Amino acid sequence: MTSALKIRQLAKQYDGGFEALKGIDLTVEPGDFFALLGPNGAGKSTTIGVICSLVNKTSGSVEVFGHNIDTHFSLAKQKIGVVPQEFNFNNFEKVIDILITQAGYYGIPSSLARQRAEKYLKKLGIWDKRDVPSRNLSGGMKRRLMIARALVHEPELLILDEPTAGVDIELRRSMWTFLEEINQAGRTIILTTHYLEEAEQLCRNIAIIDQGVIVENTSMKSLLQTLQKETFIFDISETLDLDFALGGYGCKVIGENNLEVSLAKEQNLNALFQRLSDAGLTVTSMRNKSNRLEELFVNLVETQTDDKVEEAEEE
Amino acid sequence: MSPREQFTAFYTILYREIRRFMRIWIQTLVPPAITIVLYFVIFGSLIGSRIGQMDGFSYMQFVVPGLIMMAVMTNSYSNVVSSFFGAKFQHSVEELLVSPVPNYIILLGFTLGGVARGLMVGLSVTLLSLFFTELHIYNLPVMVAIVLLTAMLFSLMGFINAVYAESFDDISIIPTFVLTPLIYLGGVFYSISLLPEFWAGVSKANPVLYMVNAFRYGVLGISDINISWAFTMIIFFVVVAFLFSLHLLNSGKGLRQ
Repeated sequence: MTSALKIRQLAKQYDGGFEALKGIDLTVEPGDFFALLGPNGAGKSTTIGVICSLVNKTSGSVEVFGHNIDTHFSLAKQKIGVVPQEFNFNNFEKVIDILITQAGYYGIPSSLARQRAEKYLKKLGIWDKRDVPSRNLSGGMKRRLMIARALVHEPELLILDEPTAGVDIELRRSMWTFLEEINQAGRTIILTTHYLEEAEQLCRNIAIIDQGVIVENTSMKSLLQTLQKETFIFDISETLDLDFALGGYGCKVIGENNLEVSLAKEQNLNALFQRLSDAGLTVTSMRNKSNRLEELFVNLVETQTDDKVEEAEEE
Repeated sequence: MSPREQFTAFYTILYREIRRFMRIWIQTLVPPAITIVLYFVIFGSLIGSRIGQMDGFSYMQFVVPGLIMMAVMTNSYSNVVSSFFGAKFQHSVEELLVSPVPNYIILLGFTLGGVARGLMVGLSVTLLSLFFTELHIYNLPVMVAIVLLTAMLFSLMGFINAVYAESFDDISIIPTFVLTPLIYLGGVFYSISLLPEFWAGVSKANPVLYMVNAFRYGVLGISDINISWAFTMIIFFVVVAFLFSLHLLNSGKGLRQ
C-alpha cells in the first residue's frame, strides 16, 4: 500500500548555516492520526514547510501518496491540506471569499467551492460569520477558518501545525471531536502540538523530533508502555508532617495536605492505597502530576540534550 | 492540474486582484484620476495655452496621450507591487505557494490584475480628458496594443519589486527614485526634438520614451521614434521581465526559506 507520506533523508540547512533537519526518515500510513512532536526549534515546522513547499529542502525526498513533491508537485499538492501555526489569510477578505478563492487555486469552480465552503464553515460553527472580514474574527474563529480553508479542496492528507494554540478548552475539545470525525472518515492527519494530552488522546502513531533528528518513532500505545514511572499527586484529609515517608515509594510532601508519589512500572495503585490507609491517611482525590506522554517526552528530549552536551564536552 | 483547472486558478487570482482594487477604489481609482485632471488643468490649459503648438498639435492634445500612459504605468506598477508585497507581508501568499497552481499562472494572474487596474485608470483618465480637448484616434490597434504591453511591463516590474521588497519602504523607493524620473523624462510633456542633440540621444536610452511615443502615434499619428522599433523594444522588455519574474518564483526568492 502506498504511504500517505514518505520522507527519506530529508535535510535542511538555512542560509545562516543552521541545520534544522539532519536527514530524517518518516513514514505515515493512510488513515493514520499521526503526532509529530518536539520542543520549540526542533524542526517540526521546517518538516511541514518542506512537505508543503514553503521551505526549500537541502537534500532528501518527500512523497505524498506516492507523488514526489519535486517531480509531481501538482499531484502531490492536490493531496495536501495544511493548517499553519500562524494566521496567514488576507485580513481584509471576507471569510467566504477566503475559502472560495482557496478552492479556486485547486481548480475547483466557484459553484462547487461555495457548496464546500458552506459545508465546512457550518461544520466548524462559523457559517454565520461568512460575510465578516477575517480580521474581525476572534482567535478561535480564525483557527477554525484555517481548518475550513485547508479542507475546502478535500485533501487526503491534512497537516495541522499547532491547530489549538491559544484556543480555550471547550473549543479545543470540539475541534478534537471534529478532527476525530474526519480521521474516521478516512483522512490521514498529521498533528504537531504542544498540548501532549491532545496528542495522546487523538493520535495512534507518534514521532518525536529534537534538534533535527527523529529520536522516537513508534505507536502511541507502545511508547506509553515504555513509561518506567508515573507520578501522582494525592489530596489527603489529614495534615502531613514534612518528613513523612512511605517505604518503597518515591514520596514527597508538597503541601500540608498534598503528597506526591512516584509509582514504578512494576508497582500498582492498589498496594499504594493500602499503604496510605495503613498509615492512617484518607485520600480525598488524586491526579497525575503530568500527562503520561509529557513525562516520556521530557525524558526523551532531556536524554537527547544530555547526549549532545556530553558529545560537546568530549570534543 | 488540467488546463481547465489551471484556467480556474488563473481566473481566481485575476478576479481576486480586481476585487481587491475595486474594494478600495477610493484609494486606487480616484486619486490617479484627480492627479491627472490637475495635470490637464495646469499643464494643459493654464501653461499649455501659452506654449502654443507642439509637432502641429495644441499642447493639450500633445500632452494628453503622455498623461494617459503615465496613469497606466504608475497604476499597473503600484497595483502589483502593493498587492504582492501585501500578500507576502500578511503571509497570505502561502495560500498560493502550498497550492498546485503553476508559477506561470500565478505570475499571469498578478500581471493581468495590474493590467486591469492600469486600463481602468487609463480609461477613466481618457474620458476625463474629453472635458479638456478633442481626441482623434489615428491608429486604434497600435494604441490598444501599446497600452496593453506597457501595462504588462509595468505590472511585471511591480512584481519584481515586490519579490525583492522586505519592507514598505522598499516598495516606494523604486517608484520614487527610478520610475518617476524615467516617466517625467520620457517625453510625456515634451518632444525630444526640442532637446539638444546629446540629450535627445540620452533620452533614447529611456524605455518609457518608446511607450509614450508609440501611444502618442496611435492617438495623434506623430512620434519621435520609429514605431516598429518601439514595439520591438517593448516586447523584448516584456519577455525579459516575464522570464525573470518566473525565475524568481521558481527559485522561491523572498518567498520560500
